[in-house]
Parts: sequence; C-alpha cells; structure tokens
Amino acid sequence: MKLNKAFATVALAGAVAAMSAPAMARDTISIVGSSTVYPFATVVAERFGSNTEFSTPKMESTGSGGGMKIFCQGIGTQNPDITNASRRMKASEFELCQSNGVKDIVEFRIGSDGIVIASSKEAEHMDLTLEQLFLALGEKVPQNGKWVANPNKTWSDVDSSLPNKPIRVMGPPPTSGTRDSFNELALEGGCDELPEAASLSKDEHKAICQSIREDGAFIEAGENDNLIVQKLIGDKDMYGVFGYSFLEENGDRLQAASLNGVEPTQENIAEDKYPVARSLFFYVKKAHVGVVPGIVEYASEFVSPRAMGSNGYLKDVGLIIPTRAALMELQDKVENMPNLTLEELK
Amino acid sequence: MTDHTSQAELVRRSLKRRYRKERRFRAYGIMAIAIALTALITLFTDIVGKGYTGFLKTTVTLEVTMDPDLMYLDDPTDSKQVRMADFVSPLVAAVDDALPGATADDQDALRRLINPYASTELRDALIENPEWMGTTRTMSFLVHSNVDVYVKHKGDAAYSIKLTEQQQSWVDELRERGLIETGFNDVFFTNGDSRDPAKAGVLGAIVGSLLTMIITLVLAFPIGVAAAIYLEEFAPRNRLTDFIEVNINNLAAVPSIIFGLLGLAIFINLFGMPRSVPVVGGLVLTLMTLPTIIISSRAAIKSVPPSVREAAEGIGASKMQVVLHHVLPLALPGMLTGSIIGMAQALGETAPLLLIGMVAFIVEVPEGFFDAATVLPVQVFLWAGSPELAFIERASAAIMVLLAFLMTMNAMAIWLRKRLERRW
Repeated sequence: MKLNKAFATVALAGAVAAMSAPAMARDTISIVGSSTVYPFATVVAERFGSNTEFSTPKMESTGSGGGMKIFCQGIGTQNPDITNASRRMKASEFELCQSNGVKDIVEFRIGSDGIVIASSKEAEHMDLTLEQLFLALGEKVPQNGKWVANPNKTWSDVDSSLPNKPIRVMGPPPTSGTRDSFNELALEGGCDELPEAASLSKDEHKAICQSIREDGAFIEAGENDNLIVQKLIGDKDMYGVFGYSFLEENGDRLQAASLNGVEPTQENIAEDKYPVARSLFFYVKKAHVGVVPGIVEYASEFVSPRAMGSNGYLKDVGLIIPTRAALMELQDKVENMPNLTLEELK
Repeated sequence: MTDHTSQAELVRRSLKRRYRKERRFRAYGIMAIAIALTALITLFTDIVGKGYTGFLKTTVTLEVTMDPDLMYLDDPTDSKQVRMADFVSPLVAAVDDALPGATADDQDALRRLINPYASTELRDALIENPEWMGTTRTMSFLVHSNVDVYVKHKGDAAYSIKLTEQQQSWVDELRERGLIETGFNDVFFTNGDSRDPAKAGVLGAIVGSLLTMIITLVLAFPIGVAAAIYLEEFAPRNRLTDFIEVNINNLAAVPSIIFGLLGLAIFINLFGMPRSVPVVGGLVLTLMTLPTIIISSRAAIKSVPPSVREAAEGIGASKMQVVLHHVLPLALPGMLTGSIIGMAQALGETAPLLLIGMVAFIVEVPEGFFDAATVLPVQVFLWAGSPELAFIERASAAIMVLLAFLMTMNAMAIWLRKRLERRW
C-alpha cells in the first residue's frame, strides 16, 4: 500500500508540474532566426547580458524562413520577441504575422555581408561581369541555343578581354551559407542576364542557374577560409570565393575582382552597389516591448557605436558595418520604433 | 547391422568437418566483437586525443594599474560612471609594460592577445574592491582563444594562423618568462555557453540535462510501470489489449524527431508552454522513453515465476497484495534497468529538442524547470558547428563529459540489478 501511495503522489506531482504552465512571464529575451546573423547576434547578446542588469537573451538558429514562421505565430511570451534574417521579410510572411495578431513589427537593417572573388596581389586584376562569372563557373552554359556542359577552360575562352589563364576557383562547400548566397546572387544573377535563361521553366531555371561545375575548375576547399587565403598567396593563377571580412583581414596580400564594374569595398557593400552582397536584418515584435524586459536596450546595444561603430566589436567578428548615416538612422529607429508596413516590403 | 555401422562411420567421418564448422562459427563471433571494439577504441582515442586540451586553460599574469585618468573612472561604486568607463586600456597598458619590445602602434595587436571578456572581469573585481582604484595589482586573466590554441598546440601551423608572427613571438616571450601559463580549465565546469571559446563551459548544459532528466524520470517511470502492471496482471486478453500492445511496440520504433513535432504541436502551440524550457523537453522525452520502459517492465513482470503468485494467492492474498508485495519487488531490478537504459538514451537525444527550441545559445545556467536551457548533446552539436578552432577541442571535451554521464548511468543500472536481483 505504501508503494501505491508513493506512486500516486509522484504521478500527481508530475501531472501538476505539467499542467501548471500557463503562458507565464518571461524575463529573458527570446530570439530566433538566421544562421548567418547568429554569430553576430550571439556576441551582442552576450555583451548585453554581461554589461546590463538584464539576463542574456537566448538565441535559436532556425534559419531566416524558420525564424519568420515561429516569430509570426502570435503574441504572448511563449512566442519569440525578435527574429534575425539574412534577407528582408517577405510580403507573405508579413501577412502571416498580421493574421496571427502580430501587428506591429519594427525592422532593423544591421549591415551587410559581401562575397568576393579574390586572388593574389601579384595576379592581374580582373574586371568581371556576373554573366562572365556564370559562363566560367556554371555547370551548363548555352551554346547555339542548347544547354551544354561548360566547355570553357580558360578565362579568355569566356571573354577575350580576360587573362589567358586556366579557370581555377576555390570556394566553400555546399553546406556553407556563403556558397548558398554565392549560388543565388552571383551565379543566378549572371544566368539571368543570358537571353537563353528566360525560356527555362521554374525548376529548370533553379537547377541550371544555381549549379556550379564539377569538372575540377571549381575546387571545394572545406569550411576553412583561412586555407583558401593561404593557397591564393602561394598560387597567383588561383582565385578564391569567400566572405568580405577575409579580404579585409588579408588586404595586404590579396586583391578582389570587381563585379559589374564595382569594387568590393566597405562603402559599396554597405550601400548595396556591389552585386554579390546581401543585407542582414532583425525584426522586433513591438507588442512584447515592456512585457519582456530589455528588448529596447538590446536593440540599442546592437546599433550602438561600440558594437557597429568603426572600431566596434561586431566589426571584429566580420560584420560589414552600415555607413555612419545609416547607423544614426538605426539609432533613431530604436527611439521611435516605427512600424513596418506592407507597402515597404512590396 | 551393416547399415548401422556405416552410419556410425559416417558420423565419425563427418566429425572433423563439423568441428571445423564450429570453430569457424566461433571465429565469426570473435571477429564481430573485434570489429566493434576497434571501432570503439578508434572513436575514444580520437575524442580523447582531440579533446583533452579542452580541459586546459591558458592564463596570463599582468601587473594592472588602475589609473583613474586612463579609465575615466573615479568611483567604482557609481554605476553610471562604471558603464561609461574604459576597462580595456589598463589591460592593454599592462601587456605593453610586460613586453618592452612593443610600440605605440601595436595597441591593437596587443589587445588581441587578451580575452575580450577580461575587461568585464576587471570591472567586476573593481566593483567588489573599490579601494583598488589608483593601485597596481598582479592579476591573472584568460588569454584570447587564438593565443590559447597557439600555446596548447605549439608547432602545429594550423593553430597559429590567426596570430601574426609578431604576436607569436610576444606569446613565446611571455611564456618563457612564466607569465603565460596553462592549467586546469575550471571555467569549463563553472560557466554556461559563450561565444568566446576560452570562456565557454558545460555547466549550463549539465544542469539543463539534469532538470530535463528529472522531469522525464518523475513522469515516465511511474506511468510506464503502472501501464506495464495493468497490462500484464489485470488486463483481459482481447483484441483491444492486443491492439494496445502492438501500438506500444510501434511507438518504440518511431523516429525521435516525430516526438519533437508532437511536443511542438501539443505542449507549445496548444497548451501555450514556453519554448526552450526543461519541462517541455522532459515531457517530450517522456513520450519517447515510455514505450522502452513499458516493454522492459512487462518483460520483468513476466519473468517472475508463476509459483510465487500461486503461493501468495494460496494463502489468501488479494490480487493487489500479490502484485504489490510479491511481483513488484521481484520485478523491480528489471524495471529499473530498463528505465535507466531508456533514460540514458533520452540523455543523448537532440533531434526532438530541436523543434521545441532547446537547441539554442543560452549563456545563463538555468535555475529551474521553466528557465531556458539546453542539454549536453546539443552543446556538443553547437560547438562542433562553430567556426573558431578552439571550439573543436571544447566539443570533444563536452563529449567526454557526456560519455562520463552515460557510463555512470549504465554502471548504476548494473549495480542496482546486482543489488536487488534474486535468483532461483
């Protein structure tokens, strides 16, 4: 009988623990979203936690799309307060948010991420168009109206103005986010400039325009971008694809090709002139401001000069910081918290 | 008669072949064990070889002068002043003083030798001891993670890539003078997660795992045992109980991510429980471990000899008395073993926790069942995916901690069985 009673008590305690969980107050900011923004946002979160009385926000890396879905699930402390994104919120996602009662959203554009095509400083400087880049690296290219396996062996095969050197490019593996962006922005961007791409169906378009050649011209170098840098310094015929921060760190030894006539510089990437750049964002749920403590303070830490200024700690981890004017605008945004509208996203 | 002899003869002739066959059969068994052992040893040596350095930390001893002018700070008890003060400059100045060869242009390179959070340590120390202002004290700080791996893996070019040659020679110099030292990494066991490898620890994950496991044990064990007793001792044998039995066996084979989906849909979306908390994690893992516990508990109850039940019934015990006084105590070791194995499995799960938000960057050590938490295998997963070199050894070290937990649990299962088991 004793055993029986003990069981009953334990079971009851368990049931009570399980049921007594109404949407309870939360004092930790909950953040979801992009894995590209994650390494920057976690640094801010940790600094925020150690420099203020607020507790350190908790952050899930769910991907931009996954983050939007969870963020837009509704109001209430069981839902996250902030979502990070490596692209802008889509109109459809905004509508999902609206229909779930998440009416007031504030958008912060926190800087950019650029991808460069670099080589040793001793090599000839290249001025590529996205179209030429696709013709050099795409798996299939159009020839006489048909898509054939890429026959181009040297850069001069692609365009006679380019150096007569074999096409050899080192880049990140498919698991990397940099590779995703490179495929989407550089290759697909170049592919779209070809007249033949217009007649492709949606599936074919994605399959052809985002495929990189696998015949040895493109060399997968693993996630270690430092290794690519080492190789480029040793071999001046080799080109490498990596994030802008590595170019900046090794600026005394490496140079980058300009794309569509634009050099990858801090300013050009921050102002969106460089074609292979994307902006990073985070979105704040205004209804949670004042309910969950510290949201405004977190946002203000993120856009403070000590984080995003020219000597800020986010620059140390490789973020391309916004221009001074853009940073001032961001700080105004933290104060006024203007709502995002559907018109802005269309 | 002749027929008979020839058969005996046949048997004798085939004996040799049959012995050979048996020897071969045994050899296959030994080979299977050898393969398993080799795999295990390779795995262990790899993890231990990569990870033992994770249990070491590198510190630098500096003569820090708390100069009020340099720090823009007169009174460390004034929180407003503290917020605006500069705690980095005195540290850089201290490194500069320790290295006579450094010049004014090297400030940035010098700053990158010390841990980015050393300034926070200095701030906290000053807030606690305001009388230190204006004095010079010998203090010990963590080094930057790039220096940490460089010191630990001396001579391996892959680990020196992040430091300039100038920085490397500074580190070597400080090391020769005994100012940079390597010691036991207590930070690893007293801190939660961090984006800085030198400051990252497993305590948050260990506590998160414990809280989650407590919920799982408290719910899964009684429910599992009660279900097993009812099905085995009281339930009539009919189509319904057969159906239930088949479904319990099916549940045991369901991929764990499905339980995560269920947890997301029911506990979070329907009941409105918060994300990333041990309670929800525990509930999800309860669902996952229940079938294992029910199946092993039923097997344990079945193995109690019927004579025990019959004897008890023979002297007039009721059905409930038979179960509680005789069957349950005898079946308990088996039930406990099954439960502990089920719990050990749950301890190593990450997939179901992904969807309920326990795969997250959480710095603070959880203090209760409703605090955001993560668990050990998730911590391994997060560190293994981090770009910093120093996180590789931290991940391997965390694997060793997780393995230690699993081994303790399995040892406990064996001990309990040995202790409680009764043989016939």
